[in-house]
Amino acid sequence: MTVEAKLGQVANYVDERTGAAAFLKKSLKKVFPDHWSFLLGEVALYSFVILLLSGTFLTFWFDPSMREVVYEGAYQPLEGVKMSAAYASALHISFEVRGGLLMRQIHHWAALIFMAAIVAHLLRVFFTGAFRKPREGNWIIGVGLLTLGIVEGFLGYSLPDDLLSGTGIRIAEAIIQAIPVVGSYLSYFAFGGVFPGELFIPRIYIVHVLLLPGAFLALITVHLMLVWYQKHTQYPGPGRTEKNVVGYQLMPMYMAKAGGFFFIVFGVTAFLAAVASINPIWLYGPYTPAQISAGSQPDWYMGWLDGLVRMAPPIETYFFGYTVSWNILIPGLIIPGILFTGMALYPFIESWITGDKREHHLLDRPRNAPNRTALGAMSLTFMMVTLINGGNDLIATHFDLSINQIMWGTRFGVLILPPLAFIITKRLCLSLQRADRELVLHGRETGRLLRMPSGEFVEVHEPISPEKAFILTSHEQMPALDLPAVDARGVKRAGALKNKLRARLSKANAEAVPKVSVEDLKEIENH
Amino acid sequence: MKRISRFRRHKAAAPLLLIFALLGIGGTFSVASATTANEMSAVERSTLIEEGRQIFLKGCSSCHGLNAEGVSVAPSLIGVGAASVDFQVGTGRMPMADMSTQAMRKAPVYNDEEVAALAAYVASLAPGPEIPGMELLNFERDGSTAEGGELFRNNCAMCHNFAGQGGALTQGKYAPTVMGVLPKHIYEAMVTGPQAMPVFNDKTITPEEKLSIIKWIKSAEAEPNLGGASLGRVGPVTEGLLAWTLGLGLLIGVAVWLATKAK
Repeated sequence: MTVEAKLGQVANYVDERTGAAAFLKKSLKKVFPDHWSFLLGEVALYSFVILLLSGTFLTFWFDPSMREVVYEGAYQPLEGVKMSAAYASALHISFEVRGGLLMRQIHHWAALIFMAAIVAHLLRVFFTGAFRKPREGNWIIGVGLLTLGIVEGFLGYSLPDDLLSGTGIRIAEAIIQAIPVVGSYLSYFAFGGVFPGELFIPRIYIVHVLLLPGAFLALITVHLMLVWYQKHTQYPGPGRTEKNVVGYQLMPMYMAKAGGFFFIVFGVTAFLAAVASINPIWLYGPYTPAQISAGSQPDWYMGWLDGLVRMAPPIETYFFGYTVSWNILIPGLIIPGILFTGMALYPFIESWITGDKREHHLLDRPRNAPNRTALGAMSLTFMMVTLINGGNDLIATHFDLSINQIMWGTRFGVLILPPLAFIITKRLCLSLQRADRELVLHGRETGRLLRMPSGEFVEVHEPISPEKAFILTSHEQMPALDLPAVDARGVKRAGALKNKLRARLSKANAEAVPKVSVEDLKEIENH
Repeated sequence: MKRISRFRRHKAAAPLLLIFALLGIGGTFSVASATTANEMSAVERSTLIEEGRQIFLKGCSSCHGLNAEGVSVAPSLIGVGAASVDFQVGTGRMPMADMSTQAMRKAPVYNDEEVAALAAYVASLAPGPEIPGMELLNFERDGSTAEGGELFRNNCAMCHNFAGQGGALTQGKYAPTVMGVLPKHIYEAMVTGPQAMPVFNDKTITPEEKLSIIKWIKSAEAEPNLGGASLGRVGPVTEGLLAWTLGLGLLIGVAVWLATKAK
C-alpha cells in the first residue's frame, strides 16, 4: 500500500467519526486579505504563546512565598541577606537554573512586545475604522484584552518581590486606598491586613498564572472566532467590495506565512533576551517597605499612569474626619476610567454621530475620516505627554533639565497639546484629501518641463493608473445628519438639546474636501 | 648558578650590577621614608598651609571671601574640614564652572599636592572632618558587600538609584552616579554631605559600615552585565524604549516584507 493510500485510510477513519472533512474543506479555503498592518494582532498572539511557554518554564522553579529565607545562592553581593522565598527563587532561576536567566528575559521582553503589539494593533483598528458594525463587540473584547494585559503585566512585574516590584505594589495599594469609603477595606482584603503582609505574592501568583491567562485564552478565542466568522476587513481597492474578501487562502499561503511569522516573533524575542538585560532583579535587592530607589518606574504600558500620578497637584479634602486624596483618585482611577470607558464605547458614539447603522467590511483610509483620525492623534498625544512625565526623572538627569520644569511643562502640555493635535491632524487630513483630489484630476507631476511653441513652459502631468484613481475615489462621503430643532409644524421636537449636540458633531464629522466625481472628470477631459 | 657566573666578566655585568644596587637602595629608601612621610614636622605643616593659602587667595577667595568666611554666593569654609576640600576640589567640583544648579564632577583643576595644600589651609582655620588615611580605607579587608548593599539601599538608593547610577532631585539638582568614584571621595562625601547630600556621621553609619558601602559600590562597578547590554541600569524606561524600537520595529519590518507581493 502506498503512503498516500495509508494516509487516506487514516483520514477516512477520522472523517467517518467526526465529519471533519466537510468543515476542513471549507475552512482551509478561507481567504484572508494581505497587508502588513494585519499582522500586528498576530505579533500579539504569538507573543502570548511565547509568554505561556516561557512562563510555564519559570513556574517549575518559582516559589511564590513570602516566607523569609537567608540567601545562600551563587550571587555573592546578596550572600546572607534576608529575603522572601519568592525573590530567592527568582535569583535561583536567574543564576543556577540552566537557561533560566534567558527564559526570564524572554518572558519579560515578550510581555513588553505583547503590550506594544496590542497597542499598535488597536491603533490600526481604530484609524482604519475596523471597529464599525458588525465588529463593535470584538472591539470591546479587544479593549478588555488590553486592560487585562496591563493588569497581567503589572502582576508579573510584582512577582519577583525585588525592590522595584514591591514599590509598584505599594503604589497600587495607595491607589486602592484612595477609593473613597471602601478603599481602606479593599486594601485590607487584598493584602490580608496591613501592607505588605505575607499574602500578596501567593495571591497575585495564582491570578497571574491561572486566572488571567484563563481569561486571556477565553477572550482571545472569542476574538479570533469573531474574526473568522465576521471575516477580516480589507483595504479598498479594485475588485474589493463590502461583500467579498480578496486575499490568500488559509492553506497553503496564509498558513505558511503565519506559521513562519510565529518563529520570527519568537526569534526576535529570543534575540532581545540574549543581547539585552531586562529587569536585573539581583541589582535591585529584596523588597522591604523602608527602601526605595531613585527612578522607580513601571513597565512602559503603565508609564502614562505613573506620569499622570506624578503630575497631579497635591489636592486633598477632609470630610467628617475622612481624607479624600484627589491627587491619587483623579489620575489613578477617574481619568483611566473615563479613558477606557470612552474607548470601549467609541464605536457606538461614532455611529450615533454619523447615523450610520450599515455593515462595513472595507476599511477607511485615515485621511477620509478626519474627525476620527484627529481624535486618535489627540488621544495619542495625551498618552505621550503623560508617558514623558512618567520618565521625568530620567529625562531630567540625561538631558540636564529640571524635573520641576518637565512636570510643569507636562501639566500644561496635557491640557494644551491634545486639542492642538486634534486641530492640526484634522487640517492635515483635509489637506491630504485635497491632494488626492488634485492627483485624480490632474495626474502625477512628472518633473518634466516642456517648452511650448509659444515659449511657455509647462510641467507634464501623467495620469495616474485606474487602480490608484479607484482607491482615491471609492470612499463614500456621508452628508451630515439633518436634525432640525423643530418639526414640520414648527413645534419644538423632543430631545432638542441632544439633537442639537448630535447635529453639531455630525456636521463637524462630515467636513471633507469633495472627492472627484464623474462629472468633474468629464469636465476636465473637455478642456 | 654556574651559567650566570659564566657572564661575570661580561662588559655589561658592572653597569647592570650598578643599576640593581641603585634600585635596591632607592627602593629601600622609599619604603623606609614612606612610613615617616605622614609624620609632618611643624615647619613643613606651616609651609603647606601657607602654600594652600596662596592657592586659596588666587583661586577661591573671589567667591568664598579672603579669609574663607563666605559671602552671599558661596558658603563659609571655616570648620568644613580637610575632607570637604579634598572631596570638592579633588573631584573637580570646585572651582565651580557654573553656579546655576550644583557643582558637577569634572577633571580636577588642581593636582594632588595643591589639593593637599588647600585642604591643610582650610583645616587650619577650624577643626573639621579629616581626610581618611589609607589605613582607614581598607574596604577590601574590613567591609562586607552584602551588608553594604543593604545599607546602600536603605540610605543611598532613594537618590543615587538602586545600582548607584544617580537620579534626579528637585529644580535641576541631581544625585550624581557613584560609579568610578575613588573610595576616599565616597567616604568623604558621606562624612561631609556635599551639595544636597545629607551628612552621614559616624553615629548614623559607622566607619566599618561606610567601608561596606564602598565595597558594595566597587562590587557593583566591577560586576559584568549578567543579562546582556545593561541599558544604563536605570530600570524599565530604557527597556520599554528598546521593546518599541528594536523589538516591534524589527517585527513590523518583517511584517512589511511578508506582505510584499512577489514581483
